[in-house]
Amino acid sequence: MRPERVAVFGGIYSNYLALEAALEDARARGAQALYCLGDLGGFGPHPDRVFPLLREADVKVVRGNYDHAIGHGLADCQCGYTDPRDNHFARISYEYTLRNTSDRWRAWMCEFPPELRIFLGGKRVLMCHGSPRHTNEFLWESTTSTDFLDWLTREYEADVILATHTGLHWRRELQGGRAFANVGVLGRPGNDGQTEVGYALLSASGDRPGVDVEIVSLGYDHERLAREMQDENLPREFVETILTGWWTTCLEVLPAKERRRGRH
Amino acid sequence: MHSASSPALAADTSRLALSGPAIALEHLDALWLQVAGTVCNLRCAHCFISCAPDNDTLGFLSLESVLGWLEVARRHGVKEYYVTGGEPFMHADLPEMLEAILRCGPVTVLTNGTLFTERVLTRLAAAEAASAYSLELRVSIDGPTSATNDPIRGEGTFGRAMEGIRKLLDHGFLPILTAARVWDFADEEVVRERFFRALHDVGCERPRLKILPSLRIGREALRTGGYDRHHWVTEEMLESYDRAQLLCSNSRIVTSRGVHVCPILIDHPDSLMGPTLEGSLRPFELRHRACFTCWHYGAICSNYGDIGRDAT
Repeated sequence: MRPERVAVFGGIYSNYLALEAALEDARARGAQALYCLGDLGGFGPHPDRVFPLLREADVKVVRGNYDHAIGHGLADCQCGYTDPRDNHFARISYEYTLRNTSDRWRAWMCEFPPELRIFLGGKRVLMCHGSPRHTNEFLWESTTSTDFLDWLTREYEADVILATHTGLHWRRELQGGRAFANVGVLGRPGNDGQTEVGYALLSASGDRPGVDVEIVSLGYDHERLAREMQDENLPREFVETILTGWWTTCLEVLPAKERRRGRH
Repeated sequence: MHSASSPALAADTSRLALSGPAIALEHLDALWLQVAGTVCNLRCAHCFISCAPDNDTLGFLSLESVLGWLEVARRHGVKEYYVTGGEPFMHADLPEMLEAILRCGPVTVLTNGTLFTERVLTRLAAAEAASAYSLELRVSIDGPTSATNDPIRGEGTFGRAMEGIRKLLDHGFLPILTAARVWDFADEEVVRERFFRALHDVGCERPRLKILPSLRIGREALRTGGYDRHHWVTEEMLESYDRAQLLCSNSRIVTSRGVHVCPILIDHPDSLMGPTLEGSLRPFELRHRACFTCWHYGAICSNYGDIGRDAT
């Protein structure tokens, strides 16, 4: 039987506590299949803790840029920052994650596909990390035209495209009942002053063809995560984001509108 | 590092290669509109297309023509727009152009920051607030002090441009200060800190800084001596290289002459791809020495450094 409801998680960034909460929440909401759009590591503590959870819950994972970099042991996270401060924090995070990820999980990450496709509610759903054409493409709400998203759905033959790479959730309705959504991330809050994170719940819309995309806001034990990050000597700037909901690093990539919504 | 050499050598090394690697257009992601042609109120010593008050080699684009290009661009699924010159704020119809673009997609304006008026900025702030899309303003300043900037951009331009940035901040914009690297690379960190300090001094708490490599063509070839003999892009250099870093793989620019391959090469006849957007989508051969700079640094014209570099 084809599933009627699925949950799609964005980047986890080693936030295994949020992942645990999301798995429980998604099951409680009746999700019959679980997906993750990649970037399992980075930012948070104890990177190895997310993998058993994903395996046990049979979560299908799309490859993110971080998974590619950690999986292959590349020199950096391939985030491409140019600001020295952003690079400084990106390097700390990457080196910590690489050092603390076991070889068996790194090998698993190398097997992730660049995209997954499912049918839901009679619609073609395409799941990717950045965009269907580039793992690292940033599709921000304020710098991605609807014309371009319409083109993507035609070019990649999909009715719904889901991505996560930028870390901020948003959605847009497109021509012919199609849609694009960034499902957000479980790894850190969405630069909105709230400590909750989020994921997407996709449901077939009853008796007519269609998919409803709901962004679910999710509380978890963020104070415990913050304590564990401190214990692991991760930067206090990262801990601040977990505790306040405001991004403190890697801000250079934010377009004007998204940057203004944040505090920093 | 490149050392200054004679104009004779500059002339010699400005020649084109007989052939070069062909770069296909993956998709028309960005459409640039050179709305002010080569007309600019400044005469910067490093301008790669030699813009000046009396350089009308390329003319203004009319509002009607911009609206026409916009309509065609939308059919191609263009993701974002860039508006440049010359100095775009010399164009009386700029606000209306930006309002029209913001109804279709995000837009970035490249400006020297010296011609902002209260009336125009108020109108632009309202246009951005009404749009789902960002209006980015990139203000060019090439040194963090008058002493370093003004010899390049002209007497008093540092103060005027910083005043322009202050006005943008007053209207709620978060300008991107854009500087061409006209200093020694070894000084980069010091220069960057000084830029941040200069921005802080005009009340900018969220500094955004983009540093561009200098392009040793146009007036800049005379200032620096141009390129060296080994500065070419070859097929071998593109092996394992992410071609999305090259603007010609995802953009075109409209000038009063037609559609060119990229904003850097518009002075060169072979950059003109044709009178229509449809006719400009064929591959472009990298035969120019400036292409070496684009290859070397990647995404030099986009807003965020080499963001988007694809690892996989």
